[in-house]
Amino acid sequence: MTDDVRKILQDHARLPADPGMLDPHADLYEAGMTSHASVNVMLALEDHFDLEFPDEMLKPSVFASIAAITEAVEQLRSAQAAA
Amino acid sequence: MTVGATTVDADQTFLAEIRRIADEVAGPNAADVDRLARFPVEAVAALREQRALSAFVPTELGGDGVSFEALAEACLELGRRCSAAAMIFAMHQIQVVTLVRHLEPGGFFEPYLRELAQEQRLIASVTSEVGTGGDMSRSIAAVTPAGDGRSTIEKQAPTVSYGAHADDLLTTVRSSPDSRDGDQVLVLTHADQTTLEPKGTWDPLGMRGTCSPGFVVRAEFGDEQVLGTPYSRVGPETMVPVSHVLWSHLWLGIATDAFDRARAFVRAAAKAKPGEDVPAAQQLSHLHSQLTLLRAEVCSGLAEYVAAWDDRERLSTLRMVLRFNNLKIAASEQAPRICQEAMGVCGIVGFKNDSPYSIGRQLRDAMSAVLMVANERLHKTNASLLLIAKDV
Repeated sequence: MTDDVRKILQDHARLPADPGMLDPHADLYEAGMTSHASVNVMLALEDHFDLEFPDEMLKPSVFASIAAITEAVEQLRSAQAAA
Repeated sequence: MTVGATTVDADQTFLAEIRRIADEVAGPNAADVDRLARFPVEAVAALREQRALSAFVPTELGGDGVSFEALAEACLELGRRCSAAAMIFAMHQIQVVTLVRHLEPGGFFEPYLRELAQEQRLIASVTSEVGTGGDMSRSIAAVTPAGDGRSTIEKQAPTVSYGAHADDLLTTVRSSPDSRDGDQVLVLTHADQTTLEPKGTWDPLGMRGTCSPGFVVRAEFGDEQVLGTPYSRVGPETMVPVSHVLWSHLWLGIATDAFDRARAFVRAAAKAKPGEDVPAAQQLSHLHSQLTLLRAEVCSGLAEYVAAWDDRERLSTLRMVLRFNNLKIAASEQAPRICQEAMGVCGIVGFKNDSPYSIGRQLRDAMSAVLMVANERLHKTNASLLLIAKDV
């Protein structure tokens, strides 16, 4: 799944650095992701993984790193599976 | 629920003094402040004398510990009498609330707040910058190390409200010359560490007493004068919503003043011809419902901010960013609309500058609201957030 996240970042985060090479815990905002680009990342994640981030998860900390995004997606998926 | 308050008494005493200053000092000088585009020296002196500049500073740091709600109410009360004095008060309090909410024990800012309370220091803010297209979340100017634990900044500011009258400036800049444009910090510099090179003159349509020309701001300061929390957090958690809540209260104050004048006009007309229909009375009723809408939005904006006061993560959610952007947009559009309709109620005596029902100053002052942080800039942000936020 981390690879999928990296691919989405590659396509939508508009980072100067290659997301494929980023440390999973590197801060994406510090790496140059603007708040506008982050919205496109969120949209692409929802589309790719067929899920919806609830409002309480739509905040910068949830999308701040590859690890944080992966964790959020996993959390939503397991909640969906349990439902 | 009240936040930041130590006692309800502190709020009541504070607000009684603010109302007195509004009626006895700010109001009587408002026309002169407006005509001459001069700083409201009398009102600010009176606010200092009542220690209102440190009203929100906690008592343990020498302030009065009044609540945030009381500050908002004070902006409304001052806005009813002198928009410029109200805006200066509001902008100063935005800086104070920011420093109090992001205070770290020890360091520079705790002793600074004590000094602010002791000396009733006035803080101005330098947030806008030439070349950023009005986007406050980006900076060009940067903290530039100068060696020996000291740094410098140089910022081209298109407008600095009461900059030449402030004791201190709080400026957004990039955290270092190598930082990206969104990596911002706040720097507090004293007037004697700062030079302001004037750029242009100050002869605007309204809010004339805020004395807000452009400057090139240059400062040299100790590194400890940089606030520890980055602006990317200070903005959504405090500075942006607090600005929008306090501004919207003072715009409500201006609109309330305009409504009061229209009502006084209708009452006078009704008394002059007892028993006869006053055509403007019905227009006044329309105006009242418009004022009620504005009041409801302003009150609910305050209540939602206060409810989220301690939940800083929630304040960073896109839903809350949308909420407080919309408060600014709605209030800044509704306040001048009310002023204009109030002028319609009064007719020619509302249009004249030298009548007791004059609404010219209120209308001109309220027209600045849509421009300070341009609404279209906020709509652009909101349009993007609406793509992803859910329960808005």
